[in-house]
Amino acid sequence: MKYLFIESRDPFESVDSKYFSELVQGVSRRGNDTTIFLVQNGVLSARKGSKHNELIRTLIQNKVEVLADRFSLRERAISSLIEGVKVSDVDQLVEVLFAPGTKAVWH
Amino acid sequence: MTSGKTLTIAIMDAPYESANSTTALRIIHAALKKGHNVNVFAYEGAVNLTMKAQQPHANPVKGTSVEEEQHPTTKDWVASLFQLASKKGVNLDWVNCGLCVDERGAGEWIGGPRRGGPKDLLDASLASDATLVIPTK
Repeated sequence: MKYLFIESRDPFESVDSKYFSELVQGVSRRGNDTTIFLVQNGVLSARKGSKHNELIRTLIQNKVEVLADRFSLRERAISSLIEGVKVSDVDQLVEVLFAPGTKAVWH
Repeated sequence: MTSGKTLTIAIMDAPYESANSTTALRIIHAALKKGHNVNVFAYEGAVNLTMKAQQPHANPVKGTSVEEEQHPTTKDWVASLFQLASKKGVNLDWVNCGLCVDERGAGEWIGGPRRGGPKDLLDASLASDATLVIPTK
């Protein structure tokens, strides 16, 4: 199964982001093709040096593809990301949405 | 060139309240630009995105006039999405949930959207290649 998770929130705002990350990790550990698209404040954890970098590293360690929206990064003046995060955009998000069998969940 | 594929997207955030609205419009724009059909189910506060009576305003703090401020309105953004769909030869079906329209008095909207109900979301989703629901907080 393919899963696309879209994370628009951040752990500075809410502990829900941590639980959402755990959910995504669990889905990936079950052998599912899993992508998380960070958008809006969801990109804040990917800024190199953020106290919440570990949230993203754990996702990558669990074989989750982590994409970060370029527009959201520019809005927040984030130019340096932790290793393993790929800069992306909504064009790619639409492509992933249309990949056959993909289930999308927005947080 | 059209893809023949259809995306259904459900949105519920009111205009100017959340970045979700901007992202949703960006996704719809990207899908239309790629030649995909898009069904939008706007409910709750999102029925206000297309209200005809929206007007830009000046900014007295900055000292700008209406013309100088160029304040965008969501109705104009949605209108431009319909123009894009027409230019690309794809279908943009924008449904405003009638129940939500009635309770908000949001029945006067720009050309393009139509009134519908929850069944439209179900039918659209079942007939689509991809579905995305953007919830509010």
